[in-house]
Amino acid sequence: MITDANLATIFVGLLGFSVLAYAILDGFDLGVGMLLPMDNQGQRDEMIASIGPFWDANETWLVLAIGILLIAFPKAHSLVLQTLYLPSTFMLIGLILRGVAFDFRAKVAQGRKTMWDYAFKTGSFLASFMQGYMLGIYVMGLETHFYAQCFAILSGIGVTCAYTFIGACWLLMKTSAELQLKAKAWASFYLIAFAVGIAAVSIVNLAIHQRVLEFWTKTPYSFVLAIIPITVFALVVICKLVLPKLLQTHTDGIWLPFVIAVALFWLCFGGLAVSYYPFVIPDKLTIWETASAPESLRFILMGALIVIPCIFAYTLFSYRIFWGKATKLEYY
Amino acid sequence: MTDVLMLSRAQFGLNISFHILFPTITIALGWFLFYFKLRANLSKHPVWMRVYRFWVRIFALTFALGIVSGITMSFQFGSNWPGFMEKVGNIAGPLLGYEVLTAFFLEATFLGIMLFGIHRVPNWLHTLATLVVAIGTTLSAFWILALNSWMHTPQGFEMIDGVAHAVDWNAIIFNPSFPYRLIHVLLASGLTASFLIAGISAYRIKHDDQKKAPSIALRASLYVAAVLIPLQILAGDMHGLNTLEHQPQKVAAMEGVWETKQGAPLLLFAIPDENERENKFEIGIPKGASFILTHEWDGEIKGLNEFIGEHPPVAAVFFSFRLMLGIGVMMLITAWLASSYLLRKKHLPPRVINLCIWMTFSGWMATLAGWYVTEVGRQPYLVSGVLTTEEAVTQIPSGNVALSLALYTLLYSGLLIAYIRTLFLMARRAVEIEEYQADEHPKHKKKLNLDTATGGAA
Repeated sequence: MITDANLATIFVGLLGFSVLAYAILDGFDLGVGMLLPMDNQGQRDEMIASIGPFWDANETWLVLAIGILLIAFPKAHSLVLQTLYLPSTFMLIGLILRGVAFDFRAKVAQGRKTMWDYAFKTGSFLASFMQGYMLGIYVMGLETHFYAQCFAILSGIGVTCAYTFIGACWLLMKTSAELQLKAKAWASFYLIAFAVGIAAVSIVNLAIHQRVLEFWTKTPYSFVLAIIPITVFALVVICKLVLPKLLQTHTDGIWLPFVIAVALFWLCFGGLAVSYYPFVIPDKLTIWETASAPESLRFILMGALIVIPCIFAYTLFSYRIFWGKATKLEYY
Repeated sequence: MTDVLMLSRAQFGLNISFHILFPTITIALGWFLFYFKLRANLSKHPVWMRVYRFWVRIFALTFALGIVSGITMSFQFGSNWPGFMEKVGNIAGPLLGYEVLTAFFLEATFLGIMLFGIHRVPNWLHTLATLVVAIGTTLSAFWILALNSWMHTPQGFEMIDGVAHAVDWNAIIFNPSFPYRLIHVLLASGLTASFLIAGISAYRIKHDDQKKAPSIALRASLYVAAVLIPLQILAGDMHGLNTLEHQPQKVAAMEGVWETKQGAPLLLFAIPDENERENKFEIGIPKGASFILTHEWDGEIKGLNEFIGEHPPVAAVFFSFRLMLGIGVMMLITAWLASSYLLRKKHLPPRVINLCIWMTFSGWMATLAGWYVTEVGRQPYLVSGVLTTEEAVTQIPSGNVALSLALYTLLYSGLLIAYIRTLFLMARRAVEIEEYQADEHPKHKKKLNLDTATGGAA
């Protein structure tokens, strides 16, 4: 039988997984949104077509993540969202603009299409930056003093670059011809920006949190933990070396940068997660202090264990249906 | 404190009012699409695919607006109403969780297949995806209404240290007002979608669209409306009786009964005055309210005097209720009048066409009015008898809420205007496309150049 203490751990695991799934899945489509070239409508159409069938479901992971925070750790949910009230409002407005622009751009009069594309791009940027900003404030233990703000802005830029990078890798797989070459150039540029962002956020994080620094350097796990930064470094180098060789004579291996991007997301997220477990708000509240009543968690866990595998199955099914190069989207 | 309370209420009211407009269309429009697709499969007649194609685009647009406006709600529970989750989170959390898990992923994923997958999957699978989307939207209504109904008629829990703990999930989900509310809302969705389809189709016909598609969509939607409206009146009546049993103060406000009375009149018009605690300019049918609510001419109706300090603001509930009833009567007249023409003749006369166009968004207005009756009618409580709205509100600076409220107001007004304009633009564009050809059914795999005429991709 699952004990009450284990329940909190299971739910923080589910929460972490949803956040990560969201960052990867909506990350690439927000990245594609930010990369929209405003001088080339044909390419914008192609890029948006590559994410059309997925974005709804991708965004649902955010609803699930916020939902789990709400269900399992209600005190943390209200503390986080009250502190981050304005940034989360801006993020939501960004997501709203981006989401509706998808449909409006295809249905309004020709002259207004560009306007909705601007809304698409701005919304994607606003949502991405605000997510990074919120992550920064969160990592600072929900402090909002000057240095925390600076760190949050740094983290906002970092997340924006991360999403742009994974978006470029997605386009490299899903597009062809001129746009694919463009995607390759974007990927090499944003890979470096992403790598700088990871380094900056990691160093600042270690510098300000004594506990985290000790955890990474002075515990028996340090050797094991060292695998994370080393792997990140290795993957960045491999990706940087591989990218120029792609598309020279053939199209082999164009999936590799996307896979590396996903791996980098896992590692960065893993690094943050091990630094702060078992805190649900860094250095302030542990998961056990905020967990909901066990009978409620059991009730929802029962359903989650049945439903989540189904969600995996039909999500994979949907990606398989739309496998291959993006073609012009059309109903019917 | 009062500031942040009023601003938070205004913001949540705005958000949920804007949000409900879209699901209330998609819940039933999903089933309409499934019906159109079935007819297309069975008859192999291209006109049904034309109807499907036109409405699936509107479905996609509506669905997108519903999704993005819904996400904001899950944030506001924590940011603006922390007391709600702290006190009843053990109940509300799992119900919301089941909505996300069983409904949101299902509808969002299969929507992708339904919208863009028709050339990539077999036809039966596409039809199945359409069905799954309709089931998903209905399931999400199931869970959210279970939670909403529980907030009206809570049961199946115990309070331990001021926090609600679940005792019996069956009792929580199937709480006394849930079946009535669910049916009332689903029928409202059916009517909203029917009148939308009828209105837009009538608009196309008025703009000289001679094709067959708008005519059969008009016919199908008006017949559905004609069947649903009497059912809705019956369901509404039963829901009202259920409310009388569990929330008599809400019924007293709906009927404007200030003092407990035998043989209370059915007020057609009045201006409730909260200060004087009486109605001005009453016009009513003697003993009408008593008869409807108790089925006896001299039945006793509990007045607001028995709930002083515990009853909702009367005027808002009283007028919203009359607005909802008024629109309901208009719906009945329109649907039956138009259907009787359609049963006898092939076409509607221009005046009835105009009436249908005027009624395009009648479902929205009735739905909003109905929601105001029930939600304002629960005040001053957020969860009846358990938690007041004031206890639940946030402590954040009111300036922040004022800013977010202003931004949402601006954004939602813009989006609503864009949505309505786009609907009519799509209708006008559809007028210009050519009539279907015999080999147009997807089974023929031949792609006709229809996209350019109705607006292109996505």
